[in-house]
Amino acid sequence: MLSAEEQKEIRAEMAHYPDKKSVCIDAMKIVQRHRGWVSDESIRDIAEYLEMSADDLDGIATFYNLIYRKPVGRHVIMVCDSVSCWIMGYERVREELSKKLGVHLGETTADNRFTLLPIVCLGACDHAPVMMVDSDLHRDIEPQKLDRVLDKYK
Amino acid sequence: MSMETPLTKNIRSDGEAPDLKAYQAAGGYESAQKALRMAPAEIMEMVKQSNLRGRGGAGFPTSMKWSFVPMGNDAPHPKYLVCNADEMEPGTFKDRLLMEADPHQLIEGMIVAAQAIEADIAYIFLRGEYTLSAQRLEKAVYEAYASHFLGKNIFGSGRNLEMYLHLSAGRYMCGEETGLLNALEGKRANPRTKPPYPQVSGLWGKPTIVQNVETLCNLPHIVANGAEWFKGLSRTKNGGTKLYGASGKVKRPGLWELPMGTTIREILEEHAGGMRDGVKFRGLLPGGASTDFLTEEHLDVRMDFDEVQKVGSRLGTGTMIILDDKTCPVGMCWNLEHFFAQESCGWCTPCWSGLRFAARVLRAMEEGQGQPGDIEQLEFQSWFCAPGNTYCALAPGAVEPLQSAVKLFRADFERHIREKRCPWRS
Repeated sequence: MLSAEEQKEIRAEMAHYPDKKSVCIDAMKIVQRHRGWVSDESIRDIAEYLEMSADDLDGIATFYNLIYRKPVGRHVIMVCDSVSCWIMGYERVREELSKKLGVHLGETTADNRFTLLPIVCLGACDHAPVMMVDSDLHRDIEPQKLDRVLDKYK
Repeated sequence: MSMETPLTKNIRSDGEAPDLKAYQAAGGYESAQKALRMAPAEIMEMVKQSNLRGRGGAGFPTSMKWSFVPMGNDAPHPKYLVCNADEMEPGTFKDRLLMEADPHQLIEGMIVAAQAIEADIAYIFLRGEYTLSAQRLEKAVYEAYASHFLGKNIFGSGRNLEMYLHLSAGRYMCGEETGLLNALEGKRANPRTKPPYPQVSGLWGKPTIVQNVETLCNLPHIVANGAEWFKGLSRTKNGGTKLYGASGKVKRPGLWELPMGTTIREILEEHAGGMRDGVKFRGLLPGGASTDFLTEEHLDVRMDFDEVQKVGSRLGTGTMIILDDKTCPVGMCWNLEHFFAQESCGWCTPCWSGLRFAARVLRAMEEGQGQPGDIEQLEFQSWFCAPGNTYCALAPGAVEPLQSAVKLFRADFERHIREKRCPWRS
């Protein structure tokens, strides 16, 4: 079941579009903001609420990389793997993150603190390498100083 | 004469964005009011005379894009204006600055564009990761509504304009005009067949214009100062200034508003400070990932749409990615083609198959498993993904760096195969 709060936020978005179905991506983002991810049950609930097929909605959900169809940790690290960051040492940042957290890209730490994901160019190439943790952008990453960044996220 | 920088003149050193009051104090929203007193045809003519071309990468003349929109009493409504703020071209970081540092300038530009095509509803399609841009635009849109600069009867003109901020859920494909429209309609961002063009049948089948952030931000200045002034900012025939950037191993990576047509050498040496100590320049992608490599012999090329095209590449987004001698060109191509293969929506075969294949060959070369014939294979896939074979510009753009790298750095590709290793990784 969608919560009253979720329904309210989805209805607010509906005012921006001429039909219900068009709001489905926003609806999934709203549910994800409340629950951390979009489960099969959420897909069914959102589809029901917007009067569309759950299969159709799932096809849309899986197209977009910022919709999580699996649970993620309390914090999501998105490390930029695009060309400018690659030139400026992305591979070392990724290796150091993997070593520190004990996970590969796409995995969540055993204590559920971090999920490590790759992300395409974050548009801060003059400060490469960069990464995001949740909604924060971290620029000019130095692999040996990653602890200082990660310590802020409990 | 000091150089004029209209797009970045309001940028504050403390990193904050001017609020509505501060923006107005600097002359802001006067152009919007002036535009609302002009006939759409007058605005179109002024922008035509200014030679403004789209800053999203393709360089299509702005007034021509508008000219296909049905106008007059019989035109279908609502008409839509969409700001493409889905900045995701690898190596590109210019629209972020405009949205974070001066959000009202974009809103004002959108009011001008909306007047030119008589649009009723405007969307800002912003990538989800641009969280600071989102906060600032949201605040600016709120302020503009509160002052009746948006909504009903804006500036007392009798015209209405609703504006909504839409945060995307990811994927490079959303930057493609028709893919973006599908994403806004809540669908997968596959491209649409053209024709019909969005100007005639776009969002929900209604006339729609999609324009880049930087393009829209230029409009208030053209309306305020006129076409001749705008043309005079440029060193070439393409009007205006341009946000140029440089990333890679240069001394001062960054972004600068300079006259359109500034040479690569000036950007690279004077603004970016030249190469870092210990590395040498080998080449560059002039305007983001989907442009052809240029080399030393092209340093005096003027960075505008026509001049860069003459030497076989594209101005693209104007943000240059620099290749140095300590970075492997094959590895760089693998990184690029991996990106494009991953971001392909899979709608047409050359793109999903060709790019995946190219990425796999490049990976094998980098990992010491290159085979004779691999270079020819990369050339074939570049041909396979060429314009005319695909629905949209993703694949043709994707193979621009690849086809040029194979030509310019062929010896490096051959060496990977011959030595069965990447000489830069040993």
